Amino acid sequence: MSRRRPSNRSCGWLLGGRLKIMQKLLNSRFVSQYGMLFVLFLLCLYYSFATMADYHPADEQAAADVAHYLVTERPAVQVMVIGRPNDKAYTGAMDEQLRRGGVEVVGVVNGEPNEIRARLVELGGASTQLDVVATLHAAAPDPGVLSPSSLAKLAEQYPSLANVQVIKPSSYRWPVFLKTDNLRTVLNNISVVAIIAIGMTMVIITAGIDLSVGSLIAFSGVVVARLISSLASSGEPGVIGVIACCIAAIALCALFGLFAGVMVTGFGIPSFVVTLATMQIARGLAFTVAGGPQPVPIKSELLIQFGAGGGLFGIPNAVVVMVLLYIAAHLLMSHTALGRYIYAVGGNEEAARLSGVPVKRVLLFTYAVCGALAGLGGLIDASAFKTGVPKAGEGYELLIIAAVVVGGTSLAGGEGKMLGTLIGALILAVISNGMYLTEVGAYTQMIVFGALILAAVLLDMLKKKGWLGGGLRQPGVGDSS
Amino acid sequence: MVQGATAAGSPPPLLRMRGIDKSFPGVHALRTIDLDLKRGEVLALLGENGAGKSTLIKTLGGAHQPDAGKITIDGQPLVIRNPHDAQQAGIGIIYQEFNLVPAMTVRENLFLRPGSHRLGFIRAAEERQQAEQVFNRIGVQIDPDALCRNLSVAQQQVVEIAKALLLDARILLMDEPSATLTLKEVNKLFAIVHELRSQGIGIIYISHRLDEIFELADRVMVLRDGEHVGTEPIDQLTRDSMIEMMVGRTLSKEFPTRSVEIGEDRLIVKNLARGTAVRDVSFSVRRGEVLGLTGLVGAGRTETARLIFGADRKDSGTIQLDGNSINPQHPRQAIASGICLLTEDRKNQGLVLGQSVRENFGLPNLERFTRVGLLQQNKERSSFLGYVQSLQIKVTGSEQLAATLSGGNQQKVVLAKWLERNAEIIIFDEPTRGIDVGAKYEIYLLINKLAAEGKSILMISSELPEILGMSDRIVVMHDGRVSGEIEDVAAATQQQIMRLAIGGAA
Repeated sequence: MSRRRPSNRSCGWLLGGRLKIMQKLLNSRFVSQYGMLFVLFLLCLYYSFATMADYHPADEQAAADVAHYLVTERPAVQVMVIGRPNDKAYTGAMDEQLRRGGVEVVGVVNGEPNEIRARLVELGGASTQLDVVATLHAAAPDPGVLSPSSLAKLAEQYPSLANVQVIKPSSYRWPVFLKTDNLRTVLNNISVVAIIAIGMTMVIITAGIDLSVGSLIAFSGVVVARLISSLASSGEPGVIGVIACCIAAIALCALFGLFAGVMVTGFGIPSFVVTLATMQIARGLAFTVAGGPQPVPIKSELLIQFGAGGGLFGIPNAVVVMVLLYIAAHLLMSHTALGRYIYAVGGNEEAARLSGVPVKRVLLFTYAVCGALAGLGGLIDASAFKTGVPKAGEGYELLIIAAVVVGGTSLAGGEGKMLGTLIGALILAVISNGMYLTEVGAYTQMIVFGALILAAVLLDMLKKKGWLGGGLRQPGVGDSS
Repeated sequence: MVQGATAAGSPPPLLRMRGIDKSFPGVHALRTIDLDLKRGEVLALLGENGAGKSTLIKTLGGAHQPDAGKITIDGQPLVIRNPHDAQQAGIGIIYQEFNLVPAMTVRENLFLRPGSHRLGFIRAAEERQQAEQVFNRIGVQIDPDALCRNLSVAQQQVVEIAKALLLDARILLMDEPSATLTLKEVNKLFAIVHELRSQGIGIIYISHRLDEIFELADRVMVLRDGEHVGTEPIDQLTRDSMIEMMVGRTLSKEFPTRSVEIGEDRLIVKNLARGTAVRDVSFSVRRGEVLGLTGLVGAGRTETARLIFGADRKDSGTIQLDGNSINPQHPRQAIASGICLLTEDRKNQGLVLGQSVRENFGLPNLERFTRVGLLQQNKERSSFLGYVQSLQIKVTGSEQLAATLSGGNQQKVVLAKWLERNAEIIIFDEPTRGIDVGAKYEIYLLINKLAAEGKSILMISSELPEILGMSDRIVVMHDGRVSGEIEDVAAATQQQIMRLAIGGAA
């Protein structure tokens, strides 16, 4: 049933791909528009192969399946149910189902191999007829007490055991990566980064940058924890109170963003410098509000429940929020005047202004949204950890910028797609999770991330310079080709 | 002196250019230009905007390579591939934009070039001494330890000259050096030029100011449309003959006729002012009229247009539109009241090059295409395609990138976006700059059509034939002021406009 495969054979064809085929592929319209989606797909494919593993079902459902087979196909047999000591759920369910189906169960064992052997010998000694052993993978190793050879030896001594058939649930191969639990983890882990990356994409499309988002994650978490604490001094805070606290924290972060926007638009300070400063200020405030480096517990079951998982159809709340926000952001960027303005301001601020675009207001909006989303990300982060941590989100700004850049948004402004950013975030999430599953060390992960960012930007540059065809060609570059 | 000697006997001129030819895509910038420059001579280079002066200078400076032609210095053939080659050959260029590091001292700027250090170490005392020597030679005292950003424009210019001299420049090119100086500073500059000439340096001096040329130049060379019109000794020239040489061409029939009943005043501008760029400018534009606004570059035409459009804040003055006083603080407000501006620089100011023509078209019109907050791109597209038909814009489709259009079609896209706004006052800034001849005619037809529809056109142009051929009335600016207004365009001449443009009386 279970065939062993070498686990690293999956991507040889990819690496060995011929240059011409790659070139043709990269030149195609599909790849130039959805190249990163393609990369994401390849990564998922790779990690699906690389994390392929054997699964031996041992749950009640598996027991029911085996019992159902025996009850319907072979109701006249005498069955012994065998499992290891910790398989009681399996054997119990099996026993119950068989009895209910009218199949005769001559014994149930949960024990180590020697105990199992002892029961078989006991049964054989009493000349009790045994036709089927219903067991599971863990209790029937080969070689072992239930292997054909040792059963044959038993049969020589005890004729009643001569025709014993071992039945266990079918094993199957499935990638760890593609397990529902794992996919849920991947999405949940990246949700904070992906949500804030929405705001970051807007800011970067206007040719700016916001370094303060990581600090705002901490600031928001600590502020909401403190606010709820002050409410909670008289018992569990009410729903409205908690929501008000959350809104207040998000609003404060939006104000932070707005402040950065005012510095950028009003005084012409580069956004890098402004947000470098607000990054420090927000981090400092987070520690100040927390009263030190220790986390502030969140005294609201409601908020903790929110981040604890569960949610809609088993999809974590954070992921639901992320998806809804991406839909909204996509609509905003591609189907509203404001979205068009954001692109125009980044593409050519002066032309936009001379076309009547309220450039300053557009810029203020993007920075405020980026701040607010960082605040929301901070809430989600805090609710998942049940505390507001003043050190939370350190280095997140770079991870978020990486997601945006990998998603194809140009740091020069004017272009980029929301869904590209989502794909960029997912690529980071998949690589991070995949490397964890394949036991790649944390330091190697950093190297891979760095290389990934460079590769994404390089690809973008090559595309623009037209080296991969289809792009804008610089006139008069000379005969260097 | 040796003027009459035979070619074989006379020493070769300091600089000799023969048959210099240079083309850019769509423009033949220089056509077989010959130039001679002797030691201790000031050669004035004259020509209208776009006549090819800058290109010629840049060819000498190594910024452009000529397509054909030979350059010799002291009889030695020379190939100038880059600015370094030019420096090596003793050519120093004083551009209008200075190449100084503002946060460094004068001395540091003077010795910024490679090779001025010994084994990588700076010899400050020696540098300071050399700096003082070179300033003595120029006859100006500047503290070598002063920060460049603290210097006046004139002082920075002297530092640039000193930089060139420290590189043993024997040929000095000065591109409108007096343009940004005060009168007193200009006199100082003249003294410097005279001093350098007496030291045997050959100077090529570009200026629009004819008075200066009479004061400084030994000979005058005139370019027009990239061609060498002539080179004459200064004493054989008069103001009028110089202007004649500069504008020289005859008015061709390249302008479509227009018969429009001109109505009442619509846009009235009074005493508009901003800094030194626009001083006390007043004029009006009538219904169905094309008002030509001309002058030399830097006369304040574009700046005036930007004030009307709200792109810059005015210091003082009033703007009336159809009898209502308006005070646009932002282009949005001007646009809302029906004024639009087609900028000269379409690439940097008119269009978002990385976006599609449809998106550029839609930018000021998005509220028209928005329903319940969402853009209706189909409506936008069909509206744009309507203009593609009516303006005959050559595009592959509504999604073509603006960057990939020709100049004429870019201009039409910009026009389409304003027509969709129902603009009433349309300001064209150099509407045909960088546009080929055929497309020019189409733009002229469009301007006429707009005027016929009762719109009011303010057309800024440096091209005198265009001004004369298209305008119903002409306003000429000089140095931020209106220097004259010409009502009878049919009887006006290019010479008359040129005289007003360079600040003289009509």
